Amino acid sequence: MCAKVPAVPPACRGAAVAAIRRLRSLARFGHRAAGLLGGVLAAATTKGAELPEDRADAMYHLYDGGGVTASGPALLIRKSLFDSVSLSGSYYLDMVSNASIDVVTTASPYHEKRTEGAVGVDYVYHDSLISLSGTISDEPDYTAKSASLNVSEDVFGGLTTVNLGYTRGWDSVGKYGSPNFSADVNHWQFRVGVTQVLTPRWLASLDLETVSDQGYLGSPYRAVRVFGAFIPERDPSTRTSHAATLRAKGDIGWHSAVRAEYRYFWDTWDIRAHTAELGVTGHVGDRWLLDGYFRYYSQGHALFYSDNFTNEFTYMSRNRQLSDFTDMGPGVKASYAAVRVPGRYEVKVNAAYQWLRFQYSDFTDVRTGKPYSFNANVVEFFVSATY
Amino acid sequence: MSVHRVLCAGLMSAAVLLAGCGIQPWVKPYERERLADPIMKFSRDALADKHREHVFDVREGARGATGVQGGGCGCN
Repeated sequence: MCAKVPAVPPACRGAAVAAIRRLRSLARFGHRAAGLLGGVLAAATTKGAELPEDRADAMYHLYDGGGVTASGPALLIRKSLFDSVSLSGSYYLDMVSNASIDVVTTASPYHEKRTEGAVGVDYVYHDSLISLSGTISDEPDYTAKSASLNVSEDVFGGLTTVNLGYTRGWDSVGKYGSPNFSADVNHWQFRVGVTQVLTPRWLASLDLETVSDQGYLGSPYRAVRVFGAFIPERDPSTRTSHAATLRAKGDIGWHSAVRAEYRYFWDTWDIRAHTAELGVTGHVGDRWLLDGYFRYYSQGHALFYSDNFTNEFTYMSRNRQLSDFTDMGPGVKASYAAVRVPGRYEVKVNAAYQWLRFQYSDFTDVRTGKPYSFNANVVEFFVSATY
Repeated sequence: MSVHRVLCAGLMSAAVLLAGCGIQPWVKPYERERLADPIMKFSRDALADKHREHVFDVREGARGATGVQGGGCGCN
C-alpha cells in the first residue's frame, strides 16, 4: 500500500515507480499487440458477406439476325428470408423462328419454343455467401439440366472477394422425325475468380473457367460439304475449354465510370479466341443511368472444321460457330428510376440495344458463293423493382 | 487434366491469400463511397446479362469466365 502513504521510504518509492513503469510498458505493449492483432484480424477477415438485394424483373428480349428471330418474356424474382437466406426463381421463354443459312440450305425453316426455369437459394454464413441453383431448359428435341454451387468470400477487410464455383450439366439430345434417335451430353464447369479493390476509385477482377463436355457434341441436323456434296457432320465426343477474363473499372468523376475487359479462350479443339470490350457508365441527373460500350470478338477455326472438305476424315464439321470469324458492335443501355420511395422500394424502366456485325472468313454462302456475313440486333426491355 | 489445373489455380489463390493475411486494408471503409455507386458494378442486371450471354454463347466458339451463369441448351 505504498501509494497511499504520503511519506514513504526511498526504496519503497523506487519499487513503486519501477512497478508503474513496468505496468505502463506492459500496457503499451498490450495496446500495440491488440492494435496489431486487430489490424491483422481486420485485414484477414471481412466486413461480412451480404445477400443479393430483393428484386423482381420482367423482361422482353429479342435477337434478330442471320435469318433467326428469338424473342420472348423472362421473369426473375428474388426475396430474402431471416436475414441470412435469399430465394430466387426465374423463367425464360425463347420463341424461335429459324431460317438461318444452315437451315435454308439443307432443310426447311421452322418455329419452336424453348422454356427455361431456374431456382436458387443463397445463404450467408459469417463471411461467406453460399449459392445453390438448378436450371432446366426444355425444347422439343433437346433437354438440358444443370446444378451449380458457388461460394463467395470477402477477405482483407472487404478489399478482395474470392469466388469458387462448380456446375454439373446433363443434356438429352433428340431429333425431329427420328423417335429412335437419342444421345446424352455431360458437362462439368469449374470457376475461380478474384475481385480486388485497387484504390478508392478502381476495381479489377480476374476470372478463370474450365468447361469439359462429353457425349454427343454435334447437331443431328447439320451437314458438311465433301467435294461440294452434303453429308452429316461428325464431331469429337469430348471437349475441354479454358477461359481467362481480366476486367478493370474506374470512377473518372462527373458521376461516370469507365471499364475495360479482355478474355482469352482456348480449347482442345484448337479454337483460340479473343474478346475485348470497352464501356462507359454514367448518371445523368437524379434518375437516369446510361451505358455505352463496344464489343469485339475474334476466333480461329477448330482442327476439324472446313468450308468444303476435299477428303473424308474421322471428324468433320461445317459448323460456322467453329470457323474463323469476327463479330463486333456497339451497344447502349438506359435505366430510368420511375418510382422511388427511399428505404422502401424503387422501380426502374430499362432498355438496352446492341448492334452486331458477324463476318466469316472461311464459311461460304452457297447461295452467292461469297464469304457469309450478317448483321444482328439484340434488344432488351425490362422493368425492375428493388424492395 | 483440367480438373487438376483448376485445383492448382484454387490452391495458388488460397496460398496467395493466406500469405497476405498480414496486409492492412489500404482502402479504408470510409473511402469506398465511390465504389458502392451502381456505376461501379461489373453486373447490374442479372436477367439482361443472362440474355446477352446467351446470344453470344450460341453463336461464338468461346465460352466461360464472364461472371454470368446460365443453363445449357441445344440452341447451336
